[in-house]
Amino acid sequence: MSKRLFALMAVLVVASMVLAACGGGGGGGATLKIVSSLPMTGASLTQTQTIVNAMQLRLEQAGGKACGGKYTVVYEAWDDASAALGKWDPAVETENANKAAADPTIVAYLGTFNSGAAALSIPILNQAGPLAMISPANTYPGLTHAAEGLTADNEPGVYYPTGTRNYARVAATDDLQGSVIANLMVDLGIQTLYILDDQEVYGKGVADSVNQAATAKGITVIAQEGYDPKAADYKALMTKISTSNAGGPPDAIFLGAVVDNNSAQVVKDKVAIMGDNDTVKFIGPDGLYTAALIEGGGAAAEGVYATTPGLALKDLGEKGLQFRADYEAKFGPLTEPYAVLGYDAMSAALKAIEDVCAAGGDPTDRAAVNAAVFAIKDFDGALGTWSFDANGDITLPYYLAGHIEGGKFVEFGTFTP
Amino acid sequence: MKPTYMRFIRPLIAILVIYLVLLIGPIASLDFPNIYASIKANPVQLIQFLIIGLANGAIVAIIALGYTMVYGIIELINFAHGDVYMIGVFTALTTLSLTGSLTTTDPGHIAIGIFVALLVAIAFTAALNAAIERLAYRRLRNAPRLAPLISAIGMSFIVENIGLIWAAQSWLVPSFGTTGGGAQKEFPDLLSRIFVSLGWDPNLLASTGWGLRFTVKDLLVIVLAGVLMIGLRLFIQNTRLGKAMRATAQNRDAAKMLGIDIDRVITATFLIGGGLAGAAGLMAGLYNNNAWWFMGFRAGLQSFTAAVLGGIGNITGAMLGGFLIGLLAAFSDGYLNARWTNMWVFATLVLILLFRPTGLLGEQVGQKA
Repeated sequence: MSKRLFALMAVLVVASMVLAACGGGGGGGATLKIVSSLPMTGASLTQTQTIVNAMQLRLEQAGGKACGGKYTVVYEAWDDASAALGKWDPAVETENANKAAADPTIVAYLGTFNSGAAALSIPILNQAGPLAMISPANTYPGLTHAAEGLTADNEPGVYYPTGTRNYARVAATDDLQGSVIANLMVDLGIQTLYILDDQEVYGKGVADSVNQAATAKGITVIAQEGYDPKAADYKALMTKISTSNAGGPPDAIFLGAVVDNNSAQVVKDKVAIMGDNDTVKFIGPDGLYTAALIEGGGAAAEGVYATTPGLALKDLGEKGLQFRADYEAKFGPLTEPYAVLGYDAMSAALKAIEDVCAAGGDPTDRAAVNAAVFAIKDFDGALGTWSFDANGDITLPYYLAGHIEGGKFVEFGTFTP
Repeated sequence: MKPTYMRFIRPLIAILVIYLVLLIGPIASLDFPNIYASIKANPVQLIQFLIIGLANGAIVAIIALGYTMVYGIIELINFAHGDVYMIGVFTALTTLSLTGSLTTTDPGHIAIGIFVALLVAIAFTAALNAAIERLAYRRLRNAPRLAPLISAIGMSFIVENIGLIWAAQSWLVPSFGTTGGGAQKEFPDLLSRIFVSLGWDPNLLASTGWGLRFTVKDLLVIVLAGVLMIGLRLFIQNTRLGKAMRATAQNRDAAKMLGIDIDRVITATFLIGGGLAGAAGLMAGLYNNNAWWFMGFRAGLQSFTAAVLGGIGNITGAMLGGFLIGLLAAFSDGYLNARWTNMWVFATLVLILLFRPTGLLGEQVGQKA
């Protein structure tokens, strides 16, 4: 390297250091960072984008500040999906969790969307402070509590190596969803049922729980079967199901799956073989409650029922309606009920930070923020008045059922377990 | 000369595989009395599964032709081939949308639209496949075998992402909607629509009263697959270019010495393989009524398996392998548990390759230098 070049480099290095110092000094007060880790590549984007919008909106309403302006709060939406998989990617989610663990300014991790992803990141963040995690969407029960026949023996302990809980969620869990869906089925007059699942933690979990709850409510479950989520079609499978109920079709088919797992093709082949969804009903869990199912399924999706955690937008309370109005003013019509959950997840994180300050604590201390999350009681959120229990589960297990009519989900009603 | 112990190893592995299959069998509901009972209760359904298997197998078979041709000539597993097929689906859907065929009920309009879409899809995927060869494989032709393989995997990702972007362009196809490129997209059931608007029943066996479904869609894919295979075989056997292809496949250096333009022959192979993938794309779209950026991955895997099963480099073998896989999958879905369908397909592949490493119709070819 020539002397002149070396001198130039030295000047640049010094200049950048001076500039960096100025930047740090000029901001005033420390920065707290909240990140979300949701799949934003692939079919789930329809839902996750509204969650991110809602989180953004909530932070803007707080003015991007916390503790009376002492702290600047910034929010970053991370993607835990990869183009190679087209849905959440275990490698990316693990990377996100490690990145969050290593960044001391991050005090809350809002995620994940998929329960399988949470199973990977909870233990990593548990050993990083612990860093509080609040999920707007995970419904697999084993992440927070044991449920007979649905969770493994070592769950949920296996996710919390330090023994301290650091994961809470505003979504109701699948062990409840199973009995919610069974209630919906009783409401629809269904007597015989065939269950399909996509063989993943979420899909099989919810299918198992529907199986249990439906049987308990006197519905005959003919069989539960896994399907190959990458197959070209399911005509042979549907042909078999069309004669599985003593030579005829069952009253209904339940599909435990997320929409990324070829669900549109399953609906299409079901309609091709067994006719429209009024004759043989087609029911799905929250993973199918999305416009992606309608656009992929076309006319075949007409008449499908699906449930999703949260209140029917028509049943929202005063705060919920206010949120909806604010959201629609900024982002346009709101059709995804997940947005309300995203909004309350961000609310919970901000409230925890405020509570730490109010108690005279330091909100950059992850353990203190985490403890404050679990201490949230009787919070007046967009969902209604709710609390987190000791497991981190929300105390308002509302589900809404939707029915596809005229190419969109129409709220069918709110159901409880 | 093979070492003598090799003679014992193959049957040993075969016995091990059979044992494993028997072990898993009861879990995978390989319950013969039960299967026999359901066939006896509803024998017509057996024919139904046969139809479904043949139609699905036909699509796999046509894609497999592209794999087997390329492998036969440059010994490259063209991983991007399945994704070229996916692009074929989107090209066809876009053409149909631009010609207004998706929204009309006029049977003549739809029929012309489908014909135009077939030509456009074939032309576009042929050009795409040849471009992939020119860009990603040609310069690596004399590199170690692994280099073009990795390059092919890379191209596969690139083409998949093109599909992901394409599926988000709702200004091209309004029905793509607002959910982004990741979601599955509707490919309307145009063949049935033609029949319905002419007042015919799309189910060709409806009047027989046997309760069988053999729709115009099933007929089209099976017939088209047969026509394409016979046409390709005649082309390879009888034309000048076909002979040049066979010569290149047998010995590239000798073919070159005899004055065959290797680059031209290889480009032609990619053009034909790509064109077939485009035709398969239109057929799959019309048959399964679905367009999805990820659909090329599994289709590619199954087609490659079909090509290996039938004997790689052998055109009739690729067709045979395709139909075999389609039938196996249909019967497994129909009589066993769908959870295990892939296991049956690949266990069959393992078994056949153990006893016939060259595939069902493959010939023993001398190892190339």
